[in-house]
Amino acid sequence: MGGFPETLRFQVGIYVAKFVKWLYTDYQSVFDAITHSILWFLIRIEKFLLWLPWWLVLLFVFVVGWKLKNIKVGLVFSLLIFIIGTFGLWDHMMMTLAIVLSSVVISLLLGVPLGILTAYFDKFNTIMRPILDAMQTMPSFVYLIPVLMLFGLGKVPAVFATIIYAIPPVIRLTDLGIRRVPKEMVEAAHAFGSSSWQTLIKVQLPQALPTIMAGINQTTMMALAMVVIASMIGAKGLGMEVLIAINRIDIAKGFEAGVSIVFLAIIIDRLTQGIANRFKYPE
Amino acid sequence: MMTIKVKVENLSKIFGKNPKGVLPKVKQGFSKDEILAETGHTVGVYNVSFEVNEGEIFVIMGLSGSGKSTLIRCLNLLNKPTEGKIFVDGENIVDYDKDKLRIFRQDKVAMVFQHFGLFTHRTVIDNVVYGLEIKGIDTKERYEIAKKTLESVGLCGWEDKYPNELSGGMQQRVGLARALANDPDILLMDEPFSALDPLIKREMQQELLEIQSRLKKTIIFITHDINEAFKLGERVAIMKDGIIEQIGTPEEILATPKNEYIKNFVRDIDRTKVLQAKNVMFMPSALVSLKDGLKVAIREMEHSGISSIFVIDTERKLQGLVTIDDAIKAVKENKKLVNIIKHDYYTTGPETYLQELIPYATESKYPIAVVDDKNKLLGIILRVTVLSNLV
Repeated sequence: MGGFPETLRFQVGIYVAKFVKWLYTDYQSVFDAITHSILWFLIRIEKFLLWLPWWLVLLFVFVVGWKLKNIKVGLVFSLLIFIIGTFGLWDHMMMTLAIVLSSVVISLLLGVPLGILTAYFDKFNTIMRPILDAMQTMPSFVYLIPVLMLFGLGKVPAVFATIIYAIPPVIRLTDLGIRRVPKEMVEAAHAFGSSSWQTLIKVQLPQALPTIMAGINQTTMMALAMVVIASMIGAKGLGMEVLIAINRIDIAKGFEAGVSIVFLAIIIDRLTQGIANRFKYPE
Repeated sequence: MMTIKVKVENLSKIFGKNPKGVLPKVKQGFSKDEILAETGHTVGVYNVSFEVNEGEIFVIMGLSGSGKSTLIRCLNLLNKPTEGKIFVDGENIVDYDKDKLRIFRQDKVAMVFQHFGLFTHRTVIDNVVYGLEIKGIDTKERYEIAKKTLESVGLCGWEDKYPNELSGGMQQRVGLARALANDPDILLMDEPFSALDPLIKREMQQELLEIQSRLKKTIIFITHDINEAFKLGERVAIMKDGIIEQIGTPEEILATPKNEYIKNFVRDIDRTKVLQAKNVMFMPSALVSLKDGLKVAIREMEHSGISSIFVIDTERKLQGLVTIDDAIKAVKENKKLVNIIKHDYYTTGPETYLQELIPYATESKYPIAVVDDKNKLLGIILRVTVLSNLV
């Protein structure tokens, strides 16, 4: 008796599927172009990372850790990277890093301007908020399927899926950062005859920068969290290793790959946080 | 002759979705609260008119919610007026387009804010440089100007600090320097000293007066503190509920408060800091001339029921004072008026503040004589006048 009436059933999913199919058939060339440009970018990053001598990477992590925090932190970080290398997962780590890096860069290029727009236009913000909520809560598998159809298998759909999941924090925190600039400060900028552009560039963005940096940190972490899922659509890297280990019920391999992801996460988190702190002004 | 720098005519500012549509309602005489309840619009300022002379400090005083901050923000169009005109140097700035407005803000007005409005991501000197940077002045010159301006407000050596590393008073000095660096004709100051503690506040007020005596800017100054208003303002406008209740010099407002509201305000004021000798002196009906002689002096004193009388010559120059006791004794001893003239009273100029007269009033037995620089008697101040203003 309590069930919902069968006659009121409306299968919206069919229309979404039709829409994706329509995109797929009529706009194939557009998606191909996008795929190619992302791939071009991604492959260059990946090649560069794989070309780097391992000791140079260790040295780099050591120096950055040392400069941002202290010498002990630098040592621990380079040790963690070294351990990943001893697991035989060096190349996988670099492939993962390449996907994370390109996703983050694209997220920033899109997210910061979008965040500025939501801060400036309340109406746009009202539209964006539920979309951002959906991007963060929708199970990734749901949009992996259409993404897969549009961009094919491999790294590009992985980057796309990662961006969808990881871009909300940078949009939200850019928006927050700009909204939180004290009213008097913006008034001061206007009172001196600044144009809107000058106010944005000289006052609002620099003021919002510490908040935006916190957003970048979160975006990076979320991008890293997506690697396992991204591996399901064929992106090679640490995630793929985890996936293989699950399929083979290979505890040893699973542990090594899993721990490597954790190590990478810790290092990226602390480093981006360290950089974010550099942008804080004396309070 | 004073020139009018800023002229505001029938200015109104209403906040809300359809300010122009609500304006007729305001004109019909509905109150602020009624309009808010009925239409959701806030009346910030209604039908305000005033003029500010070049080189004067014009203070707009009112409690919070009186519309004073809204009003000052209209003067550089941070708030776009709903109705009315604002003439600066004869041009109606309300009609300005975007570009003209930017140039107006860059060249003619600068603003100092209550909470300083400093850019916390910029160092002190980079804050001061901001206006010049927007104006497009080249880097070397703008830093030279900024450095000089910082010196003039006593902030030498703090150039490379960040605003948040400075005390409140010093931060507002940076705010002031930032405004002055642009060399504006008009300085808008929105409660600039309200966030400072009393000692620093007094110091900053003095400094502003000192800077003003050098630079002679046209300053429009907002405050909620009536003592501050009367101390700094050459003329003061008192606002309530978006309307100016009274405009006048501090003395005028003290002497003739227009209504109960203003009377209540000025009750709290320390009059001795506002009133000058010329405001409270009066010309005594009883005076004697040197040539008049003793008998006239005694008669005059008896007539007015006073125990001492000032003596002047034919040109009204003050010669001295005679007491009734001395005069009666002198008659008996056959002495002349000149022989018994006393000089142990105090004289003062007309511009002296009552505050400075307090010690005279407590020490002396006689009224205080107000004279000009040629020793001509302008009036006298009774001791009781000075002392009663203390209460």
